[in-house]
Amino acid sequence: MQKVLMKGCEAIGEAAIKSGCKYFFGYPITPQNEIPEYMSRRLPQVGGVYLQSESEVAAINMIFGGAGAGIRVMTSSSSPGISLYSEGLSYLAGAGLPCLIINVMRGGPGLGGIQPSQSDYFQATKGGGHGDYRLIVFAPSTVQEAVDLVSKAFDLADKYRNPAMILADGIIGQMMEPVIFPETKPKEYDKSWATTGRQGKRPQNIVKSLLLNPEELEKWNWELKRKYDTIRETEQMAEEYMLDDADYMIAAYGTTARICRTSIQQLRDEGYKVGMLRPITLFPFPDKFFARYMGKIKFIFDVEMSTGQMIEDVKLSTLCRIPVHFHGRTGGMVPSPEEIAEKFKELVAKEK
Amino acid sequence: MENIENMKVVFQKTESLYERSTHYCPGCTHGIAHRLVAEAIDELGVAGRAVGIAPVGCSVLMYNYLNVDFQEAPHGRAPALATGVKRVRPDTIVFTYQGDGDLASIGTAEIIHAANRGEKITVIFINNAIYGMTGGQMAPTTLIGQKTSTTPYGRDAELIGYPIRMAELLSTLKAPSYIVRESLHKPANIIKAKKAIKKAFENQVKGMPFSFVELLSTCPTNWGMTPIQALDWLEKNMIPYFPLGEFKNIDGGN
Repeated sequence: MQKVLMKGCEAIGEAAIKSGCKYFFGYPITPQNEIPEYMSRRLPQVGGVYLQSESEVAAINMIFGGAGAGIRVMTSSSSPGISLYSEGLSYLAGAGLPCLIINVMRGGPGLGGIQPSQSDYFQATKGGGHGDYRLIVFAPSTVQEAVDLVSKAFDLADKYRNPAMILADGIIGQMMEPVIFPETKPKEYDKSWATTGRQGKRPQNIVKSLLLNPEELEKWNWELKRKYDTIRETEQMAEEYMLDDADYMIAAYGTTARICRTSIQQLRDEGYKVGMLRPITLFPFPDKFFARYMGKIKFIFDVEMSTGQMIEDVKLSTLCRIPVHFHGRTGGMVPSPEEIAEKFKELVAKEK
Repeated sequence: MENIENMKVVFQKTESLYERSTHYCPGCTHGIAHRLVAEAIDELGVAGRAVGIAPVGCSVLMYNYLNVDFQEAPHGRAPALATGVKRVRPDTIVFTYQGDGDLASIGTAEIIHAANRGEKITVIFINNAIYGMTGGQMAPTTLIGQKTSTTPYGRDAELIGYPIRMAELLSTLKAPSYIVRESLHKPANIIKAKKAIKKAFENQVKGMPFSFVELLSTCPTNWGMTPIQALDWLEKNMIPYFPLGEFKNIDGGN
């Protein structure tokens, strides 16, 4: 298939359609409106349905209904909208329903701003909604990667019966890049649990999360925990960039990782042996990748568009045995490659 | 003993109702409403295509009593779930069953917009003027002066406004095909309620938009009454404020 030039948001929409998703429910919010707009144009052409809901609260519950009926469904929103999704995300996880949520992050808290941000890492990876649950979370750093991760996310959602999220930011959503859509047929998954109507052939299916008996609820919680442990064991993804000979490691994801790549080139030219570990899955956090560098790295420089969220997982995954330094911009401010390189050099100078 | 050959069945439990005792309090009308829904589904022959959406409230466990597929919604969101199911599987017969706290308070946005989009679903709305499961707090449909655990001096319109009439409110919308209020306090009314519920499902089978049946119901436990007192209280207090009848019927009626 040939390369096409597409905006991130539209490429995500097309990737979903190519992954067999024909149903989209959502509510407008900046900076991701190009996704619902694209879907409202494309889905009727492929025999699907685009439905604009009255609120994010309704949208995520339409997703629940569609996912519970055993069909691939997707929604997209941005930070304040994801806060409104949180109730539904907890119920989706509790009922074991697969679906895909796109979060094109903007600055918070509150109404915040509409510029790119990474300040919803905690919300995406540690909950947001109530209860012991996890989303499977992917962080693309290019439009092509966003396209590839959409079909991966749908597959893992179906495989594990769990909601999945693509955690992007306004830059990934808005920028145009050439992309190639993979020509693979969507995989089929057993959905005999879905509410399709009994057809007189089988006992009733109930999609629910209420377990009033605490023994049963505890059992279900441990079952979910085992599922999340399996995901941690088998689904970690990360990119190791120029780390073979590195004395120093930058840890960054998404747009920030793109910027750090440029910083690393500058720093390498100046003789610094620095590379980058870029988490692609945020849950599961790629701690196995970090573990490889224990004893080899002098320090980790964690860079985020937040006041410091992923840094907690970086520290945990290295058991706090490697010093971890931080640089963050937030509120929609994006760090420059030079700024990151300067901060890095200051840290190295302090070391000596 | 009469010859069994000469006997015929004149009444039996409808097929989609499980042979189970319910968790509902003595005198609660949920049991009647469940039976009417199950009968309507069976008479129309759509049990195999039916998907129910259970609310949060006393009837959250409805799926234990009706043998059809079910989803359990977060509080108030049943119409959004129903929308999701019906849009991805248009051949299913989707219904929500919601109480007054669920539908007329926390889920007001969802019900109004599902109705306004003309979703091809059936909504059964149980109005008993109180929160049942949480222990008798004020509902949006609680009558003026009615005492509940959170209106210990009686509902005061000055403080909290007036009881909301959902059937009337929804009937101002263009899309719905059928909006009706019936009551479950007397056999004659139960027969009318049955007819209304059946029509509300029949409309969906025919592909018609949004049908809504409000059922005035009793809650003897939280009203602090005997079942018989409760039926009497419903008739004397609820019906004058919540008049019975059709508010919208696009194929006949007013």
